[in-house]
Amino acid sequence: MATSTSLTEQTNPGVFGGYQLGEAYDEMFRANGRPRPHYRALYSRLLSLPREELRRHKQEADLSFFNQGITFTVYGREEGTERIFPHDLLPRIIPNSEWERVERGLTQRITALNAFLKDIYHERKILKDGCIPGEIIYTCKHFRRQMRGVKVPRDVYVSVCGTDLIRLPDGSFVVLEDNLRVPSGVSYMLTSRKVMKQIFPLMFRKCGVRPIEHYSQALLSTLRSLAPEGRSNTTIVLLTPGVYNSAYFEHAYLARQMGIELVEGRDLVVHEDMVYMRTTSGLQRVDVIYRRVDDDFLDPLAFRPDSSLGAAGLFSAYRAGNVVLANAMGTGVADDKAIYAYVPKIIKYYLDQEPILNNVETLLMTDESARQHVCQNLQRYVVKAVGESGGYGMLIGPHSTAALREEFRARIEREPRNYIAQPTLNLSTAPCFVDNGRIEPRHVDLRPYVLFGEKVTIVPGGLTRVALQKGSLVVNSSQGGGSKDTWVLQS
Amino acid sequence: MLSRVADSVYWMSRYFERADHCARVLDATYNLMLNPSKPTTDQRWQRITARLGLGNETMDLDPQTAMVRLLCDVTNRSSIVSCIASARENASQVREQISSEMWEKLNQLYHEVTHAAASMERDAEPLRLFAVIREGSYQFNGVTDATMNHGEAWQFVQFGKYMERGCALPALLDAVFSLASGADDLDWVGLLASCSAFEAYCKVYTADLKPERVAEFLLLHSEFPYTVRYAIEQMHAALDSIARMVSVRKAGQMERIVGRLRSSLAYAQIDDIISRDFHRFLNSIIEQCHSLHVAAHELYIEYPIESAFEA
Repeated sequence: MATSTSLTEQTNPGVFGGYQLGEAYDEMFRANGRPRPHYRALYSRLLSLPREELRRHKQEADLSFFNQGITFTVYGREEGTERIFPHDLLPRIIPNSEWERVERGLTQRITALNAFLKDIYHERKILKDGCIPGEIIYTCKHFRRQMRGVKVPRDVYVSVCGTDLIRLPDGSFVVLEDNLRVPSGVSYMLTSRKVMKQIFPLMFRKCGVRPIEHYSQALLSTLRSLAPEGRSNTTIVLLTPGVYNSAYFEHAYLARQMGIELVEGRDLVVHEDMVYMRTTSGLQRVDVIYRRVDDDFLDPLAFRPDSSLGAAGLFSAYRAGNVVLANAMGTGVADDKAIYAYVPKIIKYYLDQEPILNNVETLLMTDESARQHVCQNLQRYVVKAVGESGGYGMLIGPHSTAALREEFRARIEREPRNYIAQPTLNLSTAPCFVDNGRIEPRHVDLRPYVLFGEKVTIVPGGLTRVALQKGSLVVNSSQGGGSKDTWVLQS
Repeated sequence: MLSRVADSVYWMSRYFERADHCARVLDATYNLMLNPSKPTTDQRWQRITARLGLGNETMDLDPQTAMVRLLCDVTNRSSIVSCIASARENASQVREQISSEMWEKLNQLYHEVTHAAASMERDAEPLRLFAVIREGSYQFNGVTDATMNHGEAWQFVQFGKYMERGCALPALLDAVFSLASGADDLDWVGLLASCSAFEAYCKVYTADLKPERVAEFLLLHSEFPYTVRYAIEQMHAALDSIARMVSVRKAGQMERIVGRLRSSLAYAQIDDIISRDFHRFLNSIIEQCHSLHVAAHELYIEYPIESAFEA
């Protein structure tokens, strides 16, 4: 203990002068002045660079993002406001040994969740065996009764998944949430890598950074592997809600990278249970739809009748097996935040394995004693609405006002099924180049992207999201978060 | 390509051409209005602005107000500002299909024009704004040709541009020639300037300005881009390329219309046309262009689903 104290008292040199280690696990430093081995090359490079040059690099990167039009839309104001996605200059580095474990953990998790979805929409063994209470499934707002008994190709429900991981103070990665519906952000991962290569070309070779550029090809093969049998020239399209959607940039980007058509609902026509797109050469049959539209909006005949984002009759064509949707409909039942609490059990049940990546401790508000405890100690918990994502509908206890806590207390009492609570977690920190020209620690998470078709493919890395405000724990882009390039090293 | 995309690039191009045309005509006509006034000048101004989209209301407006209505009134859908906004709106729907240079140029022009229009007060400003639009139009047309793949989408851009020109030019000729008796040389210079055609005309006919020569040039000349005949030839070329690019469909109706239009100009003689009913001739061109638009739309964009399943 004595040695570690003396180490933390030592201050950091140069541009790291203001770098203060806290309680959280720091991705770069073991202690002041002591970078972890996989960060050493970057550390010495940063010390040797004049501050002015770092600033210039930062400007170059920002300009490059601006010119590429890498933007997103923030909701909740009048119209959507388009913003440049904030990007931090310094990469987050993960050694391969740690990554391999993450990869195994994610593969295990997506395999189990797919088995769970198949079971839930067919035999429901897990409910009959009493492993999960049936009520929690049937009360989930993303459970789709219409999907019961519908066969999906290869039994793959979730073919694209973005799992949010965080690192606890002891250095272990845990899963914060699974995004199994229409996860976004992968275009930021890809474009940010491109920009970083322009800015730190030599560092890439020196560190041995594993490539991620094959993501689009991997996504295309995944989608192709799901195509209905007996179709020779399969047509794959990406379905977007349109130019006003917050992730439209990503939809257009991925469609272009894969060389597939970017369609909107109004381009699609369903005729005798076949889906076609309207082209100048006539109607062209569509086999696989990588849809970036939520379940509710896909088919006004089957779901929300007021939706104009989907195509009338799409669900019927889907049920007939004439078109494939990726992800399948009804996957949201498996990323409901209350069902999340059961994922370790789900892994055990279907795979008979212990989870490689643990969950965060989660309290269900349907549980009477847990509810009372949480309601009395709201300032210590993070409360989340079970069906929301993107940082909406959430209370962060320690940073909340008494009025907001009161409001959440009332909401929890009114609809306990709709809320879960988790202890406030100290996300790990990583070095960021901040406005005052210094490098300071900021909290980060990690969203790797998992593809599941014929096999599971995970490109090494993912989107590292950063809470750019000092001390903040919220990384969502809609709430002022930014991103960093993520480097998984060869060794 | 997707029908929706084809439709958007077509309208982007049409609206842009409409704004461009309106700016050229207003610019030239406004310059004429600066001369000592003649009764016919005011009448001609009214007829021109009526055809540019003000309709009958132009009778009750003083020229300055009419100008503002056509230039920057956002509540008037035919105004230049509205047309550029519509072109940009269509472009934004298909940003992935056009080149980024095109989008940037259009976006930049949109911001310049809306900004200038919002603060328009002084006399000289309309003229400056016309210059901005003219420059922006040359640049947009230039980057379109230079940076966009000359495939199907580009052919729809061409089709849209020349469709608009093919409708707008006869309308302009009609408005001017309906008052031809009171016109002097300055009026003819003005008309030619509306089409950036003064120099080109002089190279063919010298500066000897005769109404029937001006009409012949703007209607029948086959090599100058701002003539009715040229516009129709370009429409034909674009439609022909599109038909070859998409798999064979029933294009008969469309081909008949464009063929009839081409021959009505290719074999026409200006004396014949003028001595009969010039007004009717011009309006029949506009009607045929409209039929062509409808035929192309029904063939490529809004075709009935049943027709797509007939073998």
